[in-house]
Amino acid sequence: MDNVHDMGGMQAFGPINPEPETEEPVFHAEWESRVFAMTLLSGFLRQWTNDMARHARESQNPVTYLRNTYYENWLAGLETLWVGSGRVTAEELAKGISSGKSDIQAVDADKALVSVKGAGGPVDPAAPVNAGLKVGDRVRVKTFHPMGHTRAPRYLRGREGVIDRIHGRHIFPDTHTVGHVEDYPLYSVRFEGEELWGPDGNQRSAVYADLWEPYLERP
Amino acid sequence: MPHDGHNHDHDHTEPPSDVALRVKSLESLLIDKGLVDAAAIDALVDRYAHRVGPQNGKKVVARAWTDPEFKQRLLDDAREAVGEFDFKGRPGERLVAVENTPEVHNLVVCTLCSCYPWNVLGLPPVWYKSAPYRARAVSDPRGVLGEFGTELPDEVEVRVWDSTAEMRYLVLPERPAGTEGWSAEQLEQLITRNSMIGVEQAKSPADLEGGA
Repeated sequence: MDNVHDMGGMQAFGPINPEPETEEPVFHAEWESRVFAMTLLSGFLRQWTNDMARHARESQNPVTYLRNTYYENWLAGLETLWVGSGRVTAEELAKGISSGKSDIQAVDADKALVSVKGAGGPVDPAAPVNAGLKVGDRVRVKTFHPMGHTRAPRYLRGREGVIDRIHGRHIFPDTHTVGHVEDYPLYSVRFEGEELWGPDGNQRSAVYADLWEPYLERP
Repeated sequence: MPHDGHNHDHDHTEPPSDVALRVKSLESLLIDKGLVDAAAIDALVDRYAHRVGPQNGKKVVARAWTDPEFKQRLLDDAREAVGEFDFKGRPGERLVAVENTPEVHNLVVCTLCSCYPWNVLGLPPVWYKSAPYRARAVSDPRGVLGEFGTELPDEVEVRVWDSTAEMRYLVLPERPAGTEGWSAEQLEQLITRNSMIGVEQAKSPADLEGGA
């Protein structure tokens, strides 16, 4: 979805104002830590995919997304996901009162700690890549305007770059958001700063982005 | 969403108490429904608040600076290499280490959200997830570096890694001059989280003496 979460190249947000590294806490309020952990634990139950979770946060009204703090966006996403899954009703959410136990089993602490450390995962690194493009090939990011989730940022669409490396086959987010597990070759593509930002852009800078084969075409 | 309007500034340090109440309500609902386990929440919070953080990445970088064979393994396949420390990441994520040299400086961002190598750096700082950083890291990397006090010679190429997939990027900073013969433990003091994101360089021995 083309929304404000896709921020690359936007202007007028002001200075970064980083907190000093040695002074910044991991969580700035206790509720942030609870939202963080509940989001992970809910995800482990596989009622939705990581891409559906991103989409839930990204499809908010852009004014809401920008006004929210980071973990407020996670909270909004988590509420949307649980109601969307049908496991929690809008009424239960509004009242904060359960109308009955769910028939799925919560992930306990031991399993949760194993899940976050886990090796392996859904992508098989040993699978043949069958890449349609090779290192050094010149490519262009397709122009498209998706209503669904995508990981092809707007600032790269229509721009040309060069394949820098091939990362193997990875699950395609655009269809993972609707529950399909399809894998395609994933490429690191190098874009020169001038190609993206014109002659006023930073000299001697380049952006590398990880892009799935369906996002790319030959110029 | 049941959320009242507030004019937040970008520091996001003082969320309104209605959010805390909303979170408490959701937490008790999910626990009552048997969907989330209270002890599991505590365990995950403890892990990311205390046990996983830049201290992991510092060990990786210090070893790469002192063990050329490890450094090669790290650059070849960072996920496997950090497995030597038991720092493997979440399922599906792949770690890539990118090396700073006198000619190339690397900077990591996630313009779309907040992708970050949790297993070696912990959870990202607020500024990494903020709109100003996500917006400008790709279009004005030298300006962004300047806001962190990092000035690079004009001839150095800046490479910005936008984490648009499940690949996660760790910057391997340059080993500072004047550290010949230092042990890995000594070198860890020079490595900052920010240097492993790429917004700064590693500290110099003089910075340590100055208490910086």
